[in-house]
Amino acid sequence: MTDILYFGRLSDVTGKPSENIELPSDVSHARDLRTWAEARFEAEGVFLEPTVRIAVNGEIVDDAHPLANPNEIAFMPPVGGG
Amino acid sequence: MSVHVNISDQAISTPELLKDFESRLTSSGGVVSFSGVVRPDGKDSRVLGLFLQSYSPMTENGIETAVGQALNRWPLEALAVHHRTGEIRTGETIVFVATASKHRRAAFEAADFLMDYLKTEAVFWKKEITEAGDFWIEPREQDYQDNQRWQQSETN
Repeated sequence: MTDILYFGRLSDVTGKPSENIELPSDVSHARDLRTWAEARFEAEGVFLEPTVRIAVNGEIVDDAHPLANPNEIAFMPPVGGG
Repeated sequence: MSVHVNISDQAISTPELLKDFESRLTSSGGVVSFSGVVRPDGKDSRVLGLFLQSYSPMTENGIETAVGQALNRWPLEALAVHHRTGEIRTGETIVFVATASKHRRAAFEAADFLMDYLKTEAVFWKKEITEAGDFWIEPREQDYQDNQRWQQSETN
């Protein structure tokens, strides 16, 4: 099981800040997460935006990153505090 | 060297933090502090407050890295970064940064650098709570340009 976190405006799209699910077996790389989330939430492309980054177990990864039973995946839209 | 980094949903009291910061100094001649306060004017309607989300420990680790860069770049005696999360009402303080150095320029620049980091790279997500509804807000182009200055000029 994997915790998926949807930060910032993405939680408005998903209707929830996080969920704990079994990732489908065809989701093997970070890029697959984008298309999976797109389809799951009919997200009109927000998960495909290059400025939305993916973190696996607390580390930002690129789309080619292979997934090996990750504990936690985060979708991160552009950040900024202050 | 005194470094304080704090991320919390508790209220920030600038006078108390500044007093505490100054009490730890022994050799500085310049102290700079910056407080970011939630403004009442939004883009279209009155702002009631902000909601700040963070992602621990990525948020903390990122700020620690930026603090390390500031310490490498400027001769600072002390540095403090306090950032609030959760619900913050208009008029309340969202961020407090303080720097101290022998001379003023290093303190000014280091505080400026840290604020630019916090505005565009620190791992926070910010939602404006307004009379017309809630809106997630992301950094402005100006914020990114401000942050770029530190890559362009290694020595100012």
